[in-house]
Amino acid sequence: MSQNRPRIRVRGLTKIFGDDAGPALSLLQAGRDRNEVLKATGAVVGLQDVSFDIAEGEILVVMGLSGSGKSTCLRCINRLIEPTAGQVMVDDVDVTTLGERELLAFRRTRFGMVFQQFALFPHRTIQRNVEYGLEVQGVPVAQRRERALAAIETVGLAGWDQHYPAQLSGGMQQRAGLARALALDPDILLMDEAFSALDPLIRRDMQQELVALQRRLKKTIVFVSHDLDEAIALGGRIVLMKDGRVVQEGTAADFLAAPADEYVRRFVEHIDVLGVVTAGDAMRAPAAVKPWFSTAAAALASLTQSGEPVVTVVCQEGRFQGTVDAETLKGAGETELRFLLSDKDACVPEGATLNDAVSKLASGRGEIAVVGSGRELKGVIANADLVAALARRRQEAGPQTAH
Amino acid sequence: MAFEIPQIPLAEWCDIALDWATDHFSGVTRAMSAVVGTGIEATTDFLVGLPPWLVIAAFGLIVWRLTTVRIALWSVLGFLFLWNVELWRATLQSLVLVLVSTLFALAIGIPIGISAALSKRFWRVASPALDMMQTMPSFVYLIPAIPFFGLGAVSASFATIVFAMPPTIRLTALGILQTPPMLVEAADAFGSTKWQKLFKIQLPLAIPTIMAGINQTIMLALSMVVIAAMIGAGGLGGEVWKAIQRLEAGMGFQAGIAIVVLAVILDRITQHIARRLRTDTEHG
Repeated sequence: MSQNRPRIRVRGLTKIFGDDAGPALSLLQAGRDRNEVLKATGAVVGLQDVSFDIAEGEILVVMGLSGSGKSTCLRCINRLIEPTAGQVMVDDVDVTTLGERELLAFRRTRFGMVFQQFALFPHRTIQRNVEYGLEVQGVPVAQRRERALAAIETVGLAGWDQHYPAQLSGGMQQRAGLARALALDPDILLMDEAFSALDPLIRRDMQQELVALQRRLKKTIVFVSHDLDEAIALGGRIVLMKDGRVVQEGTAADFLAAPADEYVRRFVEHIDVLGVVTAGDAMRAPAAVKPWFSTAAAALASLTQSGEPVVTVVCQEGRFQGTVDAETLKGAGETELRFLLSDKDACVPEGATLNDAVSKLASGRGEIAVVGSGRELKGVIANADLVAALARRRQEAGPQTAH
Repeated sequence: MAFEIPQIPLAEWCDIALDWATDHFSGVTRAMSAVVGTGIEATTDFLVGLPPWLVIAAFGLIVWRLTTVRIALWSVLGFLFLWNVELWRATLQSLVLVLVSTLFALAIGIPIGISAALSKRFWRVASPALDMMQTMPSFVYLIPAIPFFGLGAVSASFATIVFAMPPTIRLTALGILQTPPMLVEAADAFGSTKWQKLFKIQLPLAIPTIMAGINQTIMLALSMVVIAAMIGAGGLGGEVWKAIQRLEAGMGFQAGIAIVVLAVILDRITQHIARRLRTDTEHG
């Protein structure tokens, strides 16, 4: 799977703030924790032995509260902050060993960075801002103008190129910030709390657009965030940090299902379960399935026996066709089910979240089907199943288990 | 007293240092003085030779282009007044001296300010030196100026440059150091070299602050040019000096008010430019 070849490998990354990191580093390596190091040497440990991989074309969210070291970690990747120890491998290049010139060249071509407060240059127009990275590379004027305008269009800011940053709203400024990073056509985007300064609604739009953009452009993205909902919305793997260390790595669902410790448990406590648990997790085997050529009378018998609200109808190949409820069956006698079908859309893909399932359930007749990629029937979710799944998750994720 | 603490021969040391410098450098500085002096005189003579109304009109036009009609009109009125009280020649002498000194102060001060901003070590040396330059009574600069540059306009200009330069240095450094750290970080993240960062981001953003420094430098230059009349710089200060020697209070005040008028004109113009640059960088 070349798709999953690690693009960036972070190994044993450690950052100690202060003039003399040596003694602090040896204390750390001797197994002391950051508080002991602070007491003994006065040096602040920003990152301690952080390791993780980022696959090509992946969005990795580095998450943690303020002071957890997540932004430091991001800045160590392009060495805006000089790591004290450890390696950052981008493909086969160890960024930490690059000389000054090589580092500049690397930053110019490989990394695009987006900042929390946008960090647009106030004295330059949007176009000149977006051009900036190309300008320092020495790209000829006509060419960089063209690439800048293309990037501006990609982020939906066409027509604003001659405005100054102060004339744009926060959301538009961050689009410009994104365009500035994209204009370089880097393969790696480093995004530092990129949407945290935006209004919630705009933030959600930007998250969705970033995901769409990522699908199209296939960038490798390292996204720093303090917001678990954001991490879930971006849909990738999460590296959760605390006190400069990685606490757990995995998807939000992993965190819910098997939190590494109390901290992770508390972190995911208020997670929107509906957005994380999939239909596949919540479904059960259907009790009333009938092929589409069976008669209404036979279906009615099976329905009464099973206690299901509807009969789930499939074709010969087991593909979901629709549902029929008891009302319809009662007056239909020997009519074949395929003529009685309703709610052909009462199904969700296996990988869909419960959010999708809930809206389908709300508009349907109390039960929906869960299907595979070829619409083959995998299971069903009735109202009661949804409640049961939520209760199960609550229990797993809750701070104390009542039973 | 059993112990007699010897006096520190500070004055002698200063003399020795100055003598040494005079011996070695005065040849060069005298030559420079001749060139610059001729330039200053020629410019003044040229302006004095033109009809005053033409100079005033041209000046008004330039001010109007740089600032607003209002400021231009007041400037023209101010100059008409100076012409009217027959201080036209003195005004031009002072103005030329102020402008020449300011140009030199900027040419030397801005690079020093940039270096101070870029190197902490340089700043540690420069900062106390600047404090000294500014707190030293300005008359003192006049004394060593004479052996180097001779009596007259060039010595006055030299003392003026030394006295008026510190605000430009300070505010240039301040303006650069005040670049928001996130913008510096952004510039770094895109792989800017130190010089690209300086010329594309830090200096453009520092211009309003630097302009405020230039305003202060011009004001200090004007005050020094007046004092420099004591070593034969002439101009409006010379008129005051003459009035003192002859105990003519009326003449003294007239020249004094003329200086105030010139100061107000220069101040309004530079302040307006500084303010406009500030809003430019903030709002595009």
